[in-house]
Amino acid sequence: MIVHNHEVVIIGAGMAGLRAALEVSKVGDVAVLTKVYPTRSHSGAAQGGMAAALGNLDGDNWEFHMFDTVKGSDYLGDQDAIEFMCRNAPELMYEVEHMGTPFSRTPEGKIAQRRFGGHTLNFGEKPALRACYSADYTGHVVLHCLYDQCVKNSVRFYSEFQVTYLIVKDGICRGIAAWDIRNGGLHVFNTKAVLFATGGYGRVYRITSNALANTGDGLGLALRAGLPLEDMEFVQFHPTGLYRSGILMTEGARGEGAYLLNKDGERFMKRYAPTLMELAPRDLTSRSIQTEINEGRGVQSPEQQAKGEPGDAVYLDLRHLGREKLKAVLPQIFDIAENFMGIDPAKDPVPIQPTSHYSMGGIPVTIQGRVIRDAQSTEVPGLYAAGECACVSIHGANRLGCNSTLDATFHGRHVGRTIARDLPSLSYHDLPPEAMREAQAEMNWYFDRSSGTENVADIRGELQNTMQKNVAIFREEKALTAQLDIIQNLQRRFKNIHINDRNQRFNTEVMEAYELGNLLNFVETIVVGALEREECRGAHWRTDHPGRNDVEWLKHTLAYREDGKIRLDYKPVVITRFQPKERKY
Amino acid sequence: MQYTLRVYRYDPESGQPGRLVDYTVELEKGATVLDALGEIKAHQDGSLVYRRSCRSGICGSCAMKINGFNRLACETQVESLGRKPIHVEPLPGFKPIKDLVVDLEPFWNNLHRTLPWLINPNPPPTDKERPQSPEEFAWLEMPMTCILCASCTSSCPSFWADRTYLGPAALNKAFRYEFDTRDQGFGQRRDTLDNRHGLWRCHTIMNCNDCCPKHIRITEEISWLKRKVVEEKY
Ligand SMILES: Cc1cc2nc3c(=O)[nH]c(=O)nc-3n(C[C@H](O)[C@H](O)[C@H](O)COP(=O)(O)OP(=O)(O)OC[C@H]3O[C@@H](n4cnc5c(N)ncnc54)[C@H](O)[C@@H]3O)c2cc1C
Ligand code: SF4
Ligand code: SF4
Ligand code: FES
Repeated sequence: MIVHNHEVVIIGAGMAGLRAALEVSKVGDVAVLTKVYPTRSHSGAAQGGMAAALGNLDGDNWEFHMFDTVKGSDYLGDQDAIEFMCRNAPELMYEVEHMGTPFSRTPEGKIAQRRFGGHTLNFGEKPALRACYSADYTGHVVLHCLYDQCVKNSVRFYSEFQVTYLIVKDGICRGIAAWDIRNGGLHVFNTKAVLFATGGYGRVYRITSNALANTGDGLGLALRAGLPLEDMEFVQFHPTGLYRSGILMTEGARGEGAYLLNKDGERFMKRYAPTLMELAPRDLTSRSIQTEINEGRGVQSPEQQAKGEPGDAVYLDLRHLGREKLKAVLPQIFDIAENFMGIDPAKDPVPIQPTSHYSMGGIPVTIQGRVIRDAQSTEVPGLYAAGECACVSIHGANRLGCNSTLDATFHGRHVGRTIARDLPSLSYHDLPPEAMREAQAEMNWYFDRSSGTENVADIRGELQNTMQKNVAIFREEKALTAQLDIIQNLQRRFKNIHINDRNQRFNTEVMEAYELGNLLNFVETIVVGALEREECRGAHWRTDHPGRNDVEWLKHTLAYREDGKIRLDYKPVVITRFQPKERKY
Repeated sequence: MQYTLRVYRYDPESGQPGRLVDYTVELEKGATVLDALGEIKAHQDGSLVYRRSCRSGICGSCAMKINGFNRLACETQVESLGRKPIHVEPLPGFKPIKDLVVDLEPFWNNLHRTLPWLINPNPPPTDKERPQSPEEFAWLEMPMTCILCASCTSSCPSFWADRTYLGPAALNKAFRYEFDTRDQGFGQRRDTLDNRHGLWRCHTIMNCNDCCPKHIRITEEISWLKRKVVEEKY
């Protein structure tokens, strides 16, 4: 076992991890660990844009942005945190531009901005032009720019290192253990501070816009170390995933004017959100699509037509935008439709269906990015989180499009500053030998599975299929309870998995199995949270408990794993400027 | 539909040279080469190794040689491939690590030599963006989409002959900053570019353009860079 010392270890090299690294590297010795090469992080898949009330094209201001975010969150977002981010978003956006990110431009040479779901002027009056974009490559260019800045500042990367163990003892974070994917072998990092920036867990579901690497590793690690996860029942389904694969067709498409049509060619959103239509927030739009499908107005695939089965898609219609505009402002969408569906979106509408997309919940942190362990916000010294794996909470029960790249970059920077400030008062702590033994024993277990009989891919497939069926857009008690049994059964089967490859080097069979074990460990927090929360709020929709219930449920869920079971606790929501109101669009 | 894939297998620990192994898989309509590899890994041989993440053509992990041509496994539909069985091999020109995984260190090192970041000694305006017109941004639209998949550099005969040649991907990156109106780094990048392991090693063989999954016309960019270097000299 190789032991390293770094004052700060950042796990993850997406927008959050990279932006934090830039900050921390100014004052301390920092190492960034990432299981995929930094530029391969899933932040690069963000297409549509990054929100900031620059007002380059209209009279936008940060208070409208704050209001929209609060309302979008179905009033579950913490308003102090939302205010802090929205107020400072313009300054952050200029910084991102100054670093060299290329942005599409207005005729006057300012950053161009487009419409996005749920972003409005004057507290809901009409759509705002708020999403700063770079064609439909926004996440990609911001990620690459941040990486370039890290190269410039000689940030130390450990690429293709998969973190497998978090060392917390006596309430203090002491370091982590990580597997060197390329050469094999466990490395232990003794640290003063650890920052989680490990991204989301879309891979819990069968249909997802997320990368294969988005398995929520950080959440599993935190939960295993005895820490809670916050608001896990809130999972965003993006309305427009490519039919079957779930690959994302950005909301920017609708921002540019695309329509949603059912099988009768009707723009059905007029029945669900007469003011914002296709630019309603994601939770509402996904439910509308799913309702169309459930009520028999879905578009059939050729196979479904042949068999006389009902359709399970609707159309995203881009035709009226014209080829030239599509190629100019949505080039990636154009390629994706062509490469993955064989469809020319200038000629034919694209079949889409809701796709699991974003985790509103995550590791609970303070506005400063310090991880907390309970409803009293007791901090865990030396442990931080930012980006999609963290829950500040900005997004509450439903995230608005373009707020996540903002969140990841903004809180990445801010937590970096927090760590820089805390560093003088943090010190190295001894690594408990039993923790190191446990970390090693766990990896040995995976390498010693040749006599197991269960297939990893089959267990993963079953988990994803059943989560898709039982814990997706519409939820009810029976299915949720059934899902808990299914998960427990899969956990049992997991103990007997088979692994063929005993090689130490580049053993992705073990890495994938590890990811599944981790998923199975925390996925119950989603289900138990959803089962207990008997109301409809944002992305969490209980058909057996209609309506939002502010009296009982205007609170954050904290989920712990104790003695093999999930225990829930609750934490109040911070409300400052905007009192909860009925949410209409 | 059933398909046969002829996949390059190489295990450095075995002491054996690499070899091609046939796998037959049942695939749904629309399945990609990455799906096929996933199916082999899931149900036939878990030890098969390749890089992948986004499976949507944006992370650049999964470039490999498919039927003799560098492309992204996740973007290549099995149906679209003429030759059967489908040949799947690692990117040429880099040291093989295991199966379809190659050592990209030289690729990253070359990239970093071009000083791939915005260089501008003048402080930016406060509380405003640096101005840039849509026409000026248009110069960046093509190079900025590079996903660093290494297909191009791997296909470049000049790179095969000279490992210290920057290669097309690094030159694309240089173009992306050199032709950004906000950048003033030419003085610092010039020596790396105006060099026989830089721009002048490119013999316009065009392999790079042909295999770029983002349709970047790298050779055009290289000519622009050459022109800039020459113009600044005289
Ligand atoms: C297809 C798609 C499109 C999107 N479009 C938009 C958009 O237009 N606007 C917007 O605001 N948001 C968008 N989002 C959401 C947004 O992109 C993400 O929420 C955000 O980029 C997350 O950034 P991050 O830094 O937290 O995580 P990521 O970028 O996902 O990075 C996670 C990092 O953690 C590392 N990691 C994970 N586990 C481990 C481990 N065990 N060991 C070591 N390293 C590990 C990974 O290697 C990676 O580097 C989109 C999301 C998707 C999926
Ligand atoms: S055109 Fe130049 S860079 Fe491209 S493959 Fe040929 S020699 Fe290499
Ligand atoms: S220029 Fe094209 S082929 Fe080369 S690394 Fe970039 S995306 Fe890949
Ligand atoms: S898996 Fe990301 S480009 Fe193919």
